[in-house]
Amino acid sequence: MMKSSVIVFPGSNCDRDIAVALKKLQFKNSMVWHKETELPRSDLIVIPGGFSYGDYLRSGAIAAKSNILSEVISAGKKGSLILGICNGFQILIECGLLKGALLRNSGLKFISKDIQVKILSNKSKFFKKYKSGEVLKLNIAHNEGNYFTSKEHLDELENNELIPIKYCDKNGNIDLKSNPNGSINNIAGIFNKKKNILGMMPHPERMSDKILSNEDGLGLFLSLMN
Amino acid sequence: MKVNKDQIEAHGLTPDEYKKIKEYLGRDSNLLELGIFSAMWNEHCSYKSSKIHLKKLPTKNNIVIQGPGENAGVIDIGDDDAIVFKIESHNHPSFIEPYQGAATGVGGILRDVFTMGARPIALMNSIHFGSPKNHKTKNLLNGVVSGIGGYGNSVGIPTVGGETKFNDTYNENILVNAMAVGLANKNKIFYSKAKGLNKAVVYVGSKTGRDGIHGATMASAEFDDNSEEKKPTVQVGDPFTEKLLLEACLELMKDNSIISIQDMGAAGLTSSSIEMASKGKLGIELDLNKVPCRENNMTPYEMMLSESQERMLLILDDNKEKEAKKIFDKWDLDFVIIGKTTDTNRLILNFDNKKVADIPIAALADKAPLYERKFTLNKYKKEKVEINNLKKIKIEDALLKILSSPNHSNKNWITDQYDQSVMCDTIQKSGGDSAVVRIHNKEKAIAVSVDSSALYCKADPKTGGKQIVAENWRNLISVGAKPLAITNCLNFGSPEKADVMGEFVDCINGIKEACEFLNFPVVSGNVSFYNETNSKSIHPTPVIGGIGIINDLKKITNIKTKENGNLILVVGKTIGHLGQSAFLYENFAMNNGPPPEINLLNEKNNGLAVLELIKKGIALSVHDISSGGMLVSLAEMSMSSGLGLKIYKPKKLKNFYEYFFGEDQGRYLIELSKNNLKNIETLFKKNNVFHEIVAEVQNDTFEIEGLFSLKTKDLQICNNKWYKDFNAIN
Repeated sequence: MMKSSVIVFPGSNCDRDIAVALKKLQFKNSMVWHKETELPRSDLIVIPGGFSYGDYLRSGAIAAKSNILSEVISAGKKGSLILGICNGFQILIECGLLKGALLRNSGLKFISKDIQVKILSNKSKFFKKYKSGEVLKLNIAHNEGNYFTSKEHLDELENNELIPIKYCDKNGNIDLKSNPNGSINNIAGIFNKKKNILGMMPHPERMSDKILSNEDGLGLFLSLMN
Repeated sequence: MKVNKDQIEAHGLTPDEYKKIKEYLGRDSNLLELGIFSAMWNEHCSYKSSKIHLKKLPTKNNIVIQGPGENAGVIDIGDDDAIVFKIESHNHPSFIEPYQGAATGVGGILRDVFTMGARPIALMNSIHFGSPKNHKTKNLLNGVVSGIGGYGNSVGIPTVGGETKFNDTYNENILVNAMAVGLANKNKIFYSKAKGLNKAVVYVGSKTGRDGIHGATMASAEFDDNSEEKKPTVQVGDPFTEKLLLEACLELMKDNSIISIQDMGAAGLTSSSIEMASKGKLGIELDLNKVPCRENNMTPYEMMLSESQERMLLILDDNKEKEAKKIFDKWDLDFVIIGKTTDTNRLILNFDNKKVADIPIAALADKAPLYERKFTLNKYKKEKVEINNLKKIKIEDALLKILSSPNHSNKNWITDQYDQSVMCDTIQKSGGDSAVVRIHNKEKAIAVSVDSSALYCKADPKTGGKQIVAENWRNLISVGAKPLAITNCLNFGSPEKADVMGEFVDCINGIKEACEFLNFPVVSGNVSFYNETNSKSIHPTPVIGGIGIINDLKKITNIKTKENGNLILVVGKTIGHLGQSAFLYENFAMNNGPPPEINLLNEKNNGLAVLELIKKGIALSVHDISSGGMLVSLAEMSMSSGLGLKIYKPKKLKNFYEYFFGEDQGRYLIELSKNNLKNIETLFKKNNVFHEIVAEVQNDTFEIEGLFSLKTKDLQICNNKWYKDFNAIN
């Protein structure tokens, strides 16, 4: 059985949602409070969405300095699988596990809606159950999801299949119109070099139940199950 | 020190009211005591003008666990689950400071719900603004919407729907009503009534600051040209602390250490402590030196009257302090014992080892003034609209005009700023007749709808009152829910005016009649008077928030048409009532005539028949007919799916305006496959339900045979335009 840990900060609010999705797929999940100094043995570490520390100072900035994060960082460096969703992505950037920045949405408003992303590459532990080129409908809900990075890093991401998903329209066209937040090159999620750490703005856990919408997000968790 | 005349007046108290205060105290009051009386006796906290009339509303039936009088209403939805819900206004603060006013409105209503032991599962709202042409409207709309979103999104409760309306009447007095819905175990509901002597009174949550002092008194007076100077009376919200407080309270509520709990809402520490003591028939003694303060040198007056947000008062059982404190420490929240319950029946406040206030509790609660305000019940216009005198316009032009109007435009610009999906139980988001939210881990769901009809209420408050209840009932039915109970927020002008009071009384009578007939009790609510500026009152605007239950998740309907070739039926009779219609308002800037009559017998009969069709799986999509009439509702169904409709001309000769835009009540549109037509006809005949086939679903063309033909896509474009244009960053 796969073991997962969901890190809970004060202000996290998608922790229960992700735990429900993981349990649905029989992950043995533990919730780990931010004040803990040790991580339980886990095959997957998830940093959930929400407003850790109220997003005060800067989204993710305070959480990046919490007790448990130093454990997450060393696990990440050792090659553990880490998934940061939404605020979790922001935290991964703030703590340096992922590079770049998540700026305020270009429209200067919080955006919550269903969007499409295209799988650019399925060659990773996170996306192997999908087909490359597949279009998924997922949900976003954020104020700071406008990804930005340097030209060099962007080239590195683009040239090494480190951008697994990009915003697109229903037909898979990646263009300005289908970019909800101004992200550079329509980036919706990125990997670190070793592809064991994934940060993404869309919420796969919100698309894991047919009665709510669809199950387009389940593939991500299925992929992680070996 | 004795208070003077100016101080009494500045606290919104009349000379007669002060006479009473002296009588209850047996002496003159000091300034702190005067502040406390002012906070408890103002309209917002005491309901002194409305109480007598509110008593008429039906508040009980076999599913009601708790009616009005607590922090929120509670109803039983089976399997030990209870729904806790309430709607509340934050009108005055939102006009002065739209972002914080709206945000703290959401925060306050969330606390009302989780104070009772419920985890909030949905937020709704009803917001009313002045004319889009008014220079303040754009800023107020943007501020209120981001305030609602900013708070709810951060706490992580989905905002699943609501209504937004524009009318000149709200130019100087916007309305911001927020509703919260929570889920609790029906055997673990927490109340505000204190019990037992010498129990610890505990302060938890945020520290007390100097914000919101006298907020409730401000909200109990009309505005004038200088209302912006009241900004310091508006509280500042901190959704992060709210989230911590929510989790800490729910964690503590798992065991039995809490005897009584009350959030510090309007009139803060004053009203919460008095509420608990008064309900428990006890006294309460507080040591104000122990109150956690955000700023230095705060006076007892400021502490007692601050409306700083995200604070709670608890009364704990003996020897539970240690365990309780551990929980609040975990969440990094203040936890301080500031006093105890006593047998004196008095509120006693100590500061710097001196007694600074000593007031009999009853004087602040049960003996607060109660007014039977004068009211005049007006005769309302009954004249029919003369359609023959109207300028001739094309049906399709009239339709497009309505669809592109601020009041009927697609509201995605607003709802895209609200997280509607967090908590992963939202089955139906905003944009339909009701939102649908699943009960976590269960095979059932609740439906929620918020409605108002100020134009109808202005034209005839009693009919209008009935109509909103009926429309709310209809909206719940339309998604397949059995309507259970409502909460109401009654927004009016000054109760000191006989005609405003008359509108209030009439609206209540209308609401009462409909609620009684439909077995749809009122379990909580709020009254907001003094929505007026320079003596000009808003239209009477009661807002109804209703809850319904769905026991089979497979039998939920929405407004989206499903398949080419299916038929659309209108259930209920079309007479063609155009008085107070969107057709007249949007096309001719007219608001003539009476509102449509409500026939409660037909309303119930039609509604129950539709519900049966949904349960049988025959009705594939359902939409109630409301503002804009049948053609607008048909267009909404069509736009929702992108499919087209071929609409038939009425068989009997009727005026097309009346037929297509009339706002006759008690009507629904339902989609069914042709095979089921026979079944439906038998069922409707048996139940005496009038129905008529009005359209057929087709590819992508929206047309009335022989009249006009449009592309559904063009309807969508027309409907999606207004908000984006209005709010475009220039």
